[in-house]
Amino acid sequence: MRPIPATLMCMAIIAAYATEPSDSTFNPDKIQRLHEVVVTAATPKVEVIPAQSLDGEELQRLNSNSIADALRYFSGVQVKDYGGVGGIKTVNIRSMGTNHTGVVYDGVELGNAQNGQIDLGQFSLDNIEGISLYNGQKSEILQPAKDFGSAGSIYIRTRTPRFNGQETYHARATMRTGSFDLLNPSALVELKLSEKVNTSLSAEWINSSGKYKFRYRRVNPAGELAYDTTAVRQNGDINATRIEVNVNGQLNLGEWHFKAYNYNSERGVPGAIVNNVWRRGERIWDTNSFVQGSYTQSFGKFTTLNNLKYAFYRTHYVNNDDKQIKIDNLYKQKEVYFSSSNQYTIFPWWHVSAAYDFMWNALDADVYGFAKPDRFTNMLSVATAIDYRRFKFQGSVLGTFIHDILKGQEALADKHVLTPAAFVSYTLCRGLSARAFYKQSYRMPTFNDLYYADMGNSKLEPERVTQYNLGLLFSKNDRGFVSAMRFSTDIYYNRVKDKIVAYPKGQQFRWTMLNLGKVDIRGIDVTALVTLNPFRDFYATVRAQYTFQRAIDVTNPADNYYRDQIPYIPRNSGAAVINLTWRKWNLNYSYIYVGERYNQQENIRYNYTQPWYTSDISLSRDLTLGRVNMRALLEVNNLLSQDYDVILNYPMPKRNFRVTLTVEI
Amino acid sequence: MNVKKQFFIYFFLPLLMVATSCREDELVVPTEYEIIGDESPQSPLRGFYLVNEGNMGSNKCTLDFYDYYTGLFSRNFYSEKNPNVIKELGDVGNDIGIYGSKLYVVVNCSHKVEVMDAHTGIRIGQIDIPNCRYVRFHRGKAYVSSYVGPVLIDANAPKGAVFEIDTATLAVTRKVSVGYQPEEMEVVDDYMYVANSGGYRVPNYDNTVSVIQMIDFKQVEQIPVGINLHRLKKDRYKKLWVTSRGDYESRPSRLYVLSKKPGYNKMIVTDTIPVACTNMAIYGDSLYYYATEWNNYTATNTISYGIIDIRTKKIVSDNFITDGTDKDITIPYGIAIHPITGDIFVTDAKNYVSSGTLYCFGRDGNKKWSVRTGDIPAHITFLYQ
Repeated sequence: MRPIPATLMCMAIIAAYATEPSDSTFNPDKIQRLHEVVVTAATPKVEVIPAQSLDGEELQRLNSNSIADALRYFSGVQVKDYGGVGGIKTVNIRSMGTNHTGVVYDGVELGNAQNGQIDLGQFSLDNIEGISLYNGQKSEILQPAKDFGSAGSIYIRTRTPRFNGQETYHARATMRTGSFDLLNPSALVELKLSEKVNTSLSAEWINSSGKYKFRYRRVNPAGELAYDTTAVRQNGDINATRIEVNVNGQLNLGEWHFKAYNYNSERGVPGAIVNNVWRRGERIWDTNSFVQGSYTQSFGKFTTLNNLKYAFYRTHYVNNDDKQIKIDNLYKQKEVYFSSSNQYTIFPWWHVSAAYDFMWNALDADVYGFAKPDRFTNMLSVATAIDYRRFKFQGSVLGTFIHDILKGQEALADKHVLTPAAFVSYTLCRGLSARAFYKQSYRMPTFNDLYYADMGNSKLEPERVTQYNLGLLFSKNDRGFVSAMRFSTDIYYNRVKDKIVAYPKGQQFRWTMLNLGKVDIRGIDVTALVTLNPFRDFYATVRAQYTFQRAIDVTNPADNYYRDQIPYIPRNSGAAVINLTWRKWNLNYSYIYVGERYNQQENIRYNYTQPWYTSDISLSRDLTLGRVNMRALLEVNNLLSQDYDVILNYPMPKRNFRVTLTVEI
Repeated sequence: MNVKKQFFIYFFLPLLMVATSCREDELVVPTEYEIIGDESPQSPLRGFYLVNEGNMGSNKCTLDFYDYYTGLFSRNFYSEKNPNVIKELGDVGNDIGIYGSKLYVVVNCSHKVEVMDAHTGIRIGQIDIPNCRYVRFHRGKAYVSSYVGPVLIDANAPKGAVFEIDTATLAVTRKVSVGYQPEEMEVVDDYMYVANSGGYRVPNYDNTVSVIQMIDFKQVEQIPVGINLHRLKKDRYKKLWVTSRGDYESRPSRLYVLSKKPGYNKMIVTDTIPVACTNMAIYGDSLYYYATEWNNYTATNTISYGIIDIRTKKIVSDNFITDGTDKDITIPYGIAIHPITGDIFVTDAKNYVSSGTLYCFGRDGNKKWSVRTGDIPAHITFLYQ
């Protein structure tokens, strides 16, 4: 299927798509972007909005188990990782909180009306072609109204079939195995049904005991060993399947896509390691299914993009720990989503768009006192984009209207929020541009915030975020020694107000939710990418990112933690990736650094959490036998076997290995 | 070499290196000291221990000690005294008591009772008891209530139990199944009374006090009192004061009095005091109490403090804090009275996930001093010399 060697293509992708292209008329998430031969010398596209991407080969070579792992290479992002293959992983962009992050899977946002958090550990990288992160919103104005709503968004794009000449099918089989007793076979079949219609089927099975060794060691101030213990992480097993079917069609000036997705898992919840407790008995069964369709069509200057989705999520939680009270709860969520976005081109340099989204969410839980809420969300957005010579502008206003219905309990009063955003960029000289944005966004209180038995508070207001960003981007592609180069830096100021926080009432961990927090966030994101081509067939790519964040709690001067850094946000963090490619060999080294943090609001030594930094290394070799392409990949993660916690009392694995074999025809 | 590459190497990489600081050896959690100055070296009372519960999963149950001889408050002393204990004191402390020369700390989510030397704080051992809640002592034995009983009749809602521990050998000697999710206990005339909450059976709370005959350690009776019982204290007239948490909705928190009718050996509810009561401590004939009640309409906690005369069962004061310090207390979480001076100790748990405060008030209700504690300061026990 690949007309040029994979390695070359990798370089090409990096060169041209270090930033997300914004020139496509149609849904840019799915448009065929890989005209491999053309792109090597293309001028890099200047993006009006700060964006970071990882695509194709580069993504596959980063030592990552899941999408959450890959996101660690983006600046301004903090991943909360509870450890292991099955551990929950959530993402927080620029310290604004997980609930402000939108996650879009092939053009449609993933939702969780119950708690607003998407566990990115559940999304494997197996058939993912690209991940992009946008601060603010995507540069495109032809997008669903909902996409204008998040403070930051992650776009996940699955692989789209592309057939050359006489090809009518592709098939790929992959087997991954390694530490944690991992067994992870996957298969992908792509079929060309006609000139204009193709389909793909992707299936995956993950089975892992989740067992890994971890170590806790303490010394006393005199340097004598206090304790040093190594134990095996228990109850972190996972058994999951994922099946995904895609059908894609080309139309005259349009296209359509259909997707059916099913994820089924049984997981142990490893839980916190505390004194005298090394094993827990909590288990979760998840079934996440959705079907979604999209249809894009142009009529002269008018383009319409329509999405439809139905999702059903089932979560079964059981606590079987014989030292604790038994719990057995079933949660069912349903979602119906419809979106129509329409764009009109006034002049080739001036576009306007309007979008309307409707969403219905329902949650049924067999928890005592949990009212079964229904939520109706209507969203309306108008946006404009100007691309005039060196100047680019995007402006949007989003109106959101929420109506909740509850049986036998007071519902949230109807809410409506209006949030504007404005983005500008100006090309100072060839390759160098400056950009700035202002954006307001919000998060609606989730069903758990509002209606969870005893804890919910139906009087909550939306939590609001205001972002200001100023940045520079330098980008250049050449054929010479330095074949690609990109450098960007952004400084930003975010303010979170009416932050929804848990507040104690009475005793024994009785909480309620209140709009009580204020956070002041100032940060700098720096990214750099250089690709060198010192001699024929040899490429070296260095990618690095650094983030400084001062995110302080400014709620109340009377608090002990007033003006202290908020929990789990390091002041300094960064990552570096060095990738060396020579003919069919590829060597990848990645380094991640997360600076010192505090695990609670107060910045005192009892809450201090040490920095952690890991080195991961991978080596791969491609092999072609006739029509068959093969690849073997060996990964070593946490090479120096550092013992660290990302979240207090959730130990991470020591050195671990993974072997991947891929066969493709 | 290309200028831009040089720029990258000389500017960017050093930036990354400067910004990164390294891991160090993880040290034993250090003790912090504060000078309070409220000294009384002649007192037979040496000081008191305070257990900070710590939020669930944080493993931040800590012990503080106030020394009346030196006027020093030591915060979080357990790890320095016992550096070899893996993962320190544990997760969610729930009670503390001294019996003989031993100090007992009930660590709920670590499923153990930690036993230390009462004077040195050095660990002697631990007793594994699942989901343990409170500890009381009687005739050489320690009694620990537990949410999870030994016999699982109904797997979905197991009854709780009381474990008997020999204080010399630290071995569990007997256990008895009681009501649902038992909390505090007291022994009166060789019968143990246990408040059952049933807090995990919402809305079917338990409403009884279990009576255990100490000779054969059998539950002989369950006295109906009120829903969701929690505190249970005896006074010097052998009456029992029992609190109900209510259902946090229509049924409010209440304080009940149980006593025996003359000539009968059976405790019955004799009075229902019409006050909300979250916690209490008895000094002489005065019962000091406080209550926190959440108000859904104002979205605030309504907090009240008061004193009840245990003979007349009448409220004699509606605030034992007289200097206005009560405004500074976010969530009162623990109360204790100095057995000699009558000083009142109230702890403030703040937002549960940051350091709390311990307040000391004189009998006149004026604040004497306050000090920063660990997370969720809650339970106090006094150490005699």
